Amino acid sequence: MAPLDAPPQNGCAIECRTVTYRLPTGPALVSDLNLQVNTGETLVLLGRSGSGKTTTLKLMNRLLEPSSGEIFVAGRPGSVWDLIQLRRGIGYVIQDAGLFPHWSVERNVALVPHLERWPEDKVRARVAEMLELVGLAPGQFAARRPAELSGGQKQRVGVARALAADPPILLMDEPFGALDPVTRADLQKEFRALASRLQKTIVFVTHDVREALYLGTRIALLAEGRLLGTYLPEEFLATSEPEARAFAASLHLGAGNQEVR
Amino acid sequence: MNWYDFLLRNRSEVLERSVEHVGLVAASMAIALVIGLPLGIALVRRLTLQRWVLGAANVVQTIPSLALFGFLIPVPWIGGVGASTAIVALALYALLPILRNTCTGIAGVDPAVIESARGMGMTPRQVLWQVQLPLAAPVMLAGIRVATVISIGVTTIAAAIGAGGLGVFIFRGVAMVNNQVILAGAIPAALLAIVADFGLGAIQRSVAKR
Repeated sequence: MAPLDAPPQNGCAIECRTVTYRLPTGPALVSDLNLQVNTGETLVLLGRSGSGKTTTLKLMNRLLEPSSGEIFVAGRPGSVWDLIQLRRGIGYVIQDAGLFPHWSVERNVALVPHLERWPEDKVRARVAEMLELVGLAPGQFAARRPAELSGGQKQRVGVARALAADPPILLMDEPFGALDPVTRADLQKEFRALASRLQKTIVFVTHDVREALYLGTRIALLAEGRLLGTYLPEEFLATSEPEARAFAASLHLGAGNQEVR
Repeated sequence: MNWYDFLLRNRSEVLERSVEHVGLVAASMAIALVIGLPLGIALVRRLTLQRWVLGAANVVQTIPSLALFGFLIPVPWIGGVGASTAIVALALYALLPILRNTCTGIAGVDPAVIESARGMGMTPRQVLWQVQLPLAAPVMLAGIRVATVISIGVTTIAAAIGAGGLGVFIFRGVAMVNNQVILAGAIPAALLAIVADFGLGAIQRSVAKR
């Protein structure tokens, strides 16, 4: 089987073709989704709560299976991929970081390299490199438990863990959503620099329009399980699409509120 | 004569009965663990079946111990008077705390941790052994601790159906209206329970800290 980082033929890292995901009880969380994620871009899935953005993300690493339609990763249909191999080639970061509380930071970051049976010295070097990359001094943090980290530090470790086996694709589900605004701004800034340097394909879920505009090279707008359109950040504020207008308006309202206070 | 004079004078029989007692507890706990742990793990995601099994184990737990021994005596193969019937009854008693705590311990693991484990490409087996079981271990150990202490207590009653153990002194003492004989069984049994509770509690705390 071709590795995940083999250059896809059409420059498309992930492609959703007429994907629908329906709960066993009936309602569709994602309906007839057609979406292409280009290699090397940061695509932001933007939408309100319940718009289907997290569901879309979980369909991409097959934590959920589509009810109909097909998702292609690196040009190959998802159903052809070995589930475990596919996931190990896709980094995954979630809001609460999901670090293993019974493991040290070092062991958490080493998760996928260990699963892939890298030699021990290579794993150790890689963990140190990853911790440096996300701004945590390995000597100070490697031996700590997740409980001994702040929220921002946990998220940094989560990113380091997702990047450890150098996956070509990174899925991020509101990774900065639970952080205080100052820490969040720091991480957003660092992450933007990191993303442009690493040239990964990133799919980033958020409901924060500021974050979408700041981090996204392209924004996919979702509402009620449907894709309303994809926009470049500069197009997003100019479009007449009502949901995009609503998000743009919330941007101004937020600024207004801050001035009043 | 004081009760400890009696205890000293009969120390070889007290020791023998204590060993018997511990043997009954160990055998029944071994059976309960071999059945309870895998069954509990298998039931984690099968909620309907879990309700039924826990319900059944709960009913067993509710049956008074002497009555349970009585129920088992006429059962072919396992029944009859003696240690084997007692071990079956004791294992049935130990099953509920082990099953329940295995289920609740695993179900109580943070879903975000499980989701990221699966999302990072761990196989279901790896998720179970490397994530769910280590994180559920303190709760599971608490169940084993409760089961062991209950078991030590109920085993004293097993003497009534000829299984031996420290209960022999208690029943004999009651029949003889002799407090010293009663205490020669009751005090070692109580000490066993306290030591087991303390020891397993220490293990539980050290596992929780890891």
